[in-house]
Amino acid sequence: MGGRMTTAAAVAAPPSEFRTGLTNAKLGVWLFLASEVMLFATLFTTYIVLRLGASEWPRGWEVLNVPLGFTNTLVLIVSSVTMVMAYAKCWDRDYKGFRIYLGVTIALGFVFLGIKSFEWAAKFRVHHFPSTSIYYALYFTMTGLHGLHVICGMIVNGALFVLSKKEWDHPLFMGRIEGSGLFWHFVDIVWIFLFPTFYLL
Amino acid sequence: MSDDQHGHAPRSFWRRYVFATDHKVIGLQYFFTSWVFLLIGFTMVLLMRWELAYPGTPIPFVGRLISPLLAPGGIMTGELYNSLGAMHGTLMIFLGIVPLGFAAFGNYILPLQIGADDMAFPRINMASYWLYFVGGVLMLSSFILPGGAAQSGWTSYAPLAEFNPGQTTWLVSMVLIITSSLLGAINFLTTGINMRAPGLSLFRLPVFVWAQLVTSVLLLLAFPPLEAAAVLQLMDRVLHTSFFIPAGLVVLGTKVAASGGGSPLLWEHLFWFLGHPEVYVLLLPAMGIVCEIIAANTRKPLHGYKIIVYSMLAIGVLSFVVWAHHMFVSGMSPMLGNFFLVTTMIISVPSVAILTSMIYSLQGGSIRFSVPMLFALAFMPLFGIGGLTGLPLGLTVTDIYLHDTYYIIGHFHYVVVTGSIIALMGGVYHWFPKWFGRKMNDFWGKVHFWGSVAAMNGVFFPMFIIGLHGESRRLYDPTAQIHNLPAHYWHIVSTVSAGLLMLFQLPFIINVIHGIFWGEKTQENPWKATTLEWACPSPPPHGNFEKPPRVYHDPYGYSVPGYREDWLPQNVEWEGA
Ligand code: HEM
Ligand SMILES: [Cu+2]
Repeated sequence: MGGRMTTAAAVAAPPSEFRTGLTNAKLGVWLFLASEVMLFATLFTTYIVLRLGASEWPRGWEVLNVPLGFTNTLVLIVSSVTMVMAYAKCWDRDYKGFRIYLGVTIALGFVFLGIKSFEWAAKFRVHHFPSTSIYYALYFTMTGLHGLHVICGMIVNGALFVLSKKEWDHPLFMGRIEGSGLFWHFVDIVWIFLFPTFYLL
Repeated sequence: MSDDQHGHAPRSFWRRYVFATDHKVIGLQYFFTSWVFLLIGFTMVLLMRWELAYPGTPIPFVGRLISPLLAPGGIMTGELYNSLGAMHGTLMIFLGIVPLGFAAFGNYILPLQIGADDMAFPRINMASYWLYFVGGVLMLSSFILPGGAAQSGWTSYAPLAEFNPGQTTWLVSMVLIITSSLLGAINFLTTGINMRAPGLSLFRLPVFVWAQLVTSVLLLLAFPPLEAAAVLQLMDRVLHTSFFIPAGLVVLGTKVAASGGGSPLLWEHLFWFLGHPEVYVLLLPAMGIVCEIIAANTRKPLHGYKIIVYSMLAIGVLSFVVWAHHMFVSGMSPMLGNFFLVTTMIISVPSVAILTSMIYSLQGGSIRFSVPMLFALAFMPLFGIGGLTGLPLGLTVTDIYLHDTYYIIGHFHYVVVTGSIIALMGGVYHWFPKWFGRKMNDFWGKVHFWGSVAAMNGVFFPMFIIGLHGESRRLYDPTAQIHNLPAHYWHIVSTVSAGLLMLFQLPFIINVIHGIFWGEKTQENPWKATTLEWACPSPPPHGNFEKPPRVYHDPYGYSVPGYREDWLPQNVEWEGA
């Protein structure tokens, strides 16, 4: 790894031709997140509408495993912190620290998915499927879609992990980490809504 | 500068014309593909028009070519009619007008008008096109896939759509097409906001750019709910959930084996939450094009530039709070109905403001009756008819009678055909010289114009009359109901005109092809127009501008007092301005 000398400011400053001062990538990620908000907002609205129209509704804490769900919440929150740390290390131009924190973030994604699939498998064993009831339909669809987002975030982070070998000094590299971090936080926040909605309410 | 700018056009054929990242090539890919879909959707509706005018008789010429399962003896079955209807709506809207007005024109013109060298994300741009292409081909191929094509209309209302064979393919294609539009919207917004040339402040942007940006916002925020809804309907069909299936539903005498607990009305809400912004997605780019054409051909600045821009922004906001005017008769609370009635009346104000500004812009101009200008002039009254006939549909009392009749078919076709399509055709004549460095033929352009305008009115005006007689839409055989008979001959007028309309597209198609290869050569700025796209060569090379332009004026510097020419380009510095 050459070029370890580049200063953080030189790497972080967006080229002057961007009108807003934000890089295209960052602006693009924010716009993308706006559409993602609409996507999940629709699903939560669906949840509200269908629940209000239902004659009975299972109590989340009786049908789902609250300790596991809670653990998963912690896992994602911690992974958000390590994501920020990876970004901070990028600012400090600390390559090693960056790789460690990004690696931990990806690993925590695996932990989350592991716990989640354990929960799903437990449901399938007792024959609870999406078709069982409207509650399970919502539960599997929304956590499933969220899981897909987790996987996407991990793929992006993984790609950046590999790319960082070559592109650590690329002027847009920090921006990419930031964008990926924004997405990862979004995925985290969605879960923070999903957890009480299905487990506690 | 875009993220992966290489400076040189890629050399290999595949990278240059097929998996291209240059916004101009992608724009033309969208252009040709969407016209093909429009023509296919048009052909489908011609078959339907035959059935509507002469129900139960063999379709001439082509009837025998259709599989006997769908049209025994050349006579269309009800199933085929339903499929064609659903596919016509879907193709025209999602695969025709949106990709043409938004993606094709936007891709080619928007970066040029803001002085950029490409889109912000060229590779994502390529992905948008190919998602659209695959989604479109899948949609069309549903005719030969097991289950056939969808039959529940472009609106796919539940619970009907839940049980129709073919719907699954429709949903999968829609998810691809929606994803394509979302990526496009992000790309357009980032480009338009972030990559403007120095000096090009927001209020110096051409109206067309504003129109594209507002359209992008609509797509960005309105499409995800439909995407979610499509996923939920897909879940219903594939994993047998009941998001849109109520408890105790009985179909054909048997109780549906599903857990129930869903809500068919929810589908309507989710669909129209997209559906209404969508009509502005069809309309705004067209309005933007008309404004550009008017400014260049009246040789004076647009009247009320700011009014137009603010109106477009207002439309952008308001179009999210009017959706349920499509659902007045769905059984929702009358209180809620009143709310949507009021918002609907309010949203008509900015549309009228834009139209009025366009008309005022003509006042005192020395109008050049070029072919694009003819289309722009026709847009105003004809879109006006479309808009005005919409008011009775927005008032609950009258809508109860008019809902789901041919009247509404007439209404929205006036908006979308004599409005959007007319404007888009005008846009083709206007920017063709920029795209190919050659002009289209004027005489055949005029033939195309007069023929199309006459035929379009012949197709759609009768629908108002038929609708006022109380005839329902989506009818396979209108003569089966006796109250439809007195107005039936209007169906024949409409069908004959539709045939003529198709005929009058021939000069257009030939003109485009002839123009590309043998048209009269033009230079950079044949219309003597002021916006930046005319400040680069025709067609623009890879990277567009020889050196990045700088902007000094408002977009429409026509007839500036004291300047030696009657047009002052945005990128020309001049002390007197
Ligand atoms: C160019 C000539 C066109 C003709 C002759 C035509 C004719 C028709 C007719 C007769 C119907 C009613 C079918 C029925 O209710 O059974 C219809 C429906 C429809 N058309 Fe067109 N149309 C044309 C262009 C367009 C365009 C450009 C659009 C674009 C947005 C469009 C969008 C629709 C939609 C959304 C429906 C409703 C489909 C449904 O019931 O689900 N049409 N058209
Ligand atoms: Cu509407």
